[in-house]
Amino acid sequence: MRHFATGLGLFIVFAVLLVAIIAPYIAPHDPFAQDLNQRLVPPEWMDGGSAVHPFGTDQLGRDYLSRLLYGSRISMTIGIFTVITSGLIGITLGLLGGYFGGRVDDMVMFIITCRLSIPLILVALTVVALVGSSLTVVILTLGLLLWERFAVVSRTATMQVRNLDYIAAARAAGASRLHIVLREVLPNILTHLVVVATLEMALAILLEAALSFLGLGVPPPLPSWGLMIAEGKDYMFFSPWVIMVPGVALFVLVLGINLLGDGLRDLLGAGHAQWR
Amino acid sequence: MLRFLVRRAVLALLVCLTVLVISFALTRLSGDLAISIAGPNATAQDIEIIRKNYGLDRPLPLQFVDWAMHAAEGDLGRSYLYHAPVAGLIRERMPITLTLGLSGLVIALAVSIPLGIVAAMREGSVLDKAIGLLALLGQAMPGFWLALVLIIWLGLKLQLLPISGVDTWDGYIMPGIVLAFSAIPALMRLTRAGMIDALSSDYIRTARAKGLSSAKIVLKHALRNAAMPVVSVAAVQLGFMLGGSIVIEAIFALHGVGYLAWESISKNDFPVVQAVVLILAVIYIGLTLIADMMNAVLDPRLRTA
Repeated sequence: MRHFATGLGLFIVFAVLLVAIIAPYIAPHDPFAQDLNQRLVPPEWMDGGSAVHPFGTDQLGRDYLSRLLYGSRISMTIGIFTVITSGLIGITLGLLGGYFGGRVDDMVMFIITCRLSIPLILVALTVVALVGSSLTVVILTLGLLLWERFAVVSRTATMQVRNLDYIAAARAAGASRLHIVLREVLPNILTHLVVVATLEMALAILLEAALSFLGLGVPPPLPSWGLMIAEGKDYMFFSPWVIMVPGVALFVLVLGINLLGDGLRDLLGAGHAQWR
Repeated sequence: MLRFLVRRAVLALLVCLTVLVISFALTRLSGDLAISIAGPNATAQDIEIIRKNYGLDRPLPLQFVDWAMHAAEGDLGRSYLYHAPVAGLIRERMPITLTLGLSGLVIALAVSIPLGIVAAMREGSVLDKAIGLLALLGQAMPGFWLALVLIIWLGLKLQLLPISGVDTWDGYIMPGIVLAFSAIPALMRLTRAGMIDALSSDYIRTARAKGLSSAKIVLKHALRNAAMPVVSVAAVQLGFMLGGSIVIEAIFALHGVGYLAWESISKNDFPVVQAVVLILAVIYIGLTLIADMMNAVLDPRLRTA
């Protein structure tokens, strides 16, 4: 059961990653090409659907399958680059606080507390509204906001290894602090961080979709899944697939990432990370 | 004990001050606020007038001190859009957001505590795994999408609940369910973990040895100990929910603080935006402070931490 779930998660994540990479080669149509004579065509499995547009078309007659495939690129890009940005910030803070302790740690804890008290979505929306919506802005905004779990976990993990023998040995051998933190501490807390990375990636993808849904994420006509749901909202009562198709895709991808993260936690024995 | 409480209160105050700076700095991110307010079609003259009228021509530190001093007195400035005091606008809308947040919390607790207890009592069983799967599914559910699906299904197909507004009390049910979804997985896991810990402890063995009934052991002894972390996380979750209600208020057209914030962001009404950020942050800080203090009073081991 456990292995099945982890395997399923791994399969979903890699499948979406593969689709994101080869989207231009497998998409049946241009995801931006409008055809106003073919608006809101139902998917193949519904009445009035056809094999030309397997997932139907949207309100501008754009092929929904092609938009969905291209949309995976946005979700994966957001997920990966947000995690890199937030990981750099959070792990740096966590290592500093965990290794040096004392005043440094107080400062790190204070920064984490401040970050937690700021309403996430509200601040992200404000930043995107002021700076202007683009993929880069969304990635940087989310990256600058989603680092606190990295910081908390790397801080706790660093504290656990700080006083172990091999660190003392490195210190006795005259290794510099930077060397100890990067070469001795970091590799030993990495398993915990991989698990956090999956959680944050899932969260970043959900938040991008929510921001795009509110019109302050990735700008149109980019096929962000959140934006597709927002654009389909006005037509959902008569053409429910316009919100079901991207919504299910989003749900499956996030579920896959979470399954993978849970499986990794068990496999790597990384213990229980903090849940929000 | 007293030392811990004082330290904790001072920390909360410092965080409040930092948030005050952040919420002010946030709206100055675009560089020149006057240009953003004036919009794309404004002439240089328009921008100059706006800058003068809104006091944006003064040096930034002066603007900040002015705003912070007024904020400390409860005056959060005037809305550009409504031409009314921001504090009043927020006060009018706060009841809706608070009701929504509390409905979400009640629904979340009503679902997660029983499920967490059942999962802990049958640890490792199929039922436990099914509940774990439920938590995973809930975690992966995009809230705004769930909201739309519920609107189609409960609102339109079954016509059970109103799809927007809160003219009647049942208008809070659907938004409450969606909001609860974000908190259920965490609360459920926490209840389960706490109950498993409590059930395997010595005092439960003693209670069993005394011949107390299972139901009494679980509900009276184990749950009391497992409940503490749940209560403090519930307080934190309520803070997150109030912050996250912006998406849900926008979808269900609930005219609460979140809706006000969304409207203000899209219409460049910055005094409102910075005030809402500040208020939500202060509420969160207050909730975590209360949770920490409650824990310290209930569990003496935490006081030295």
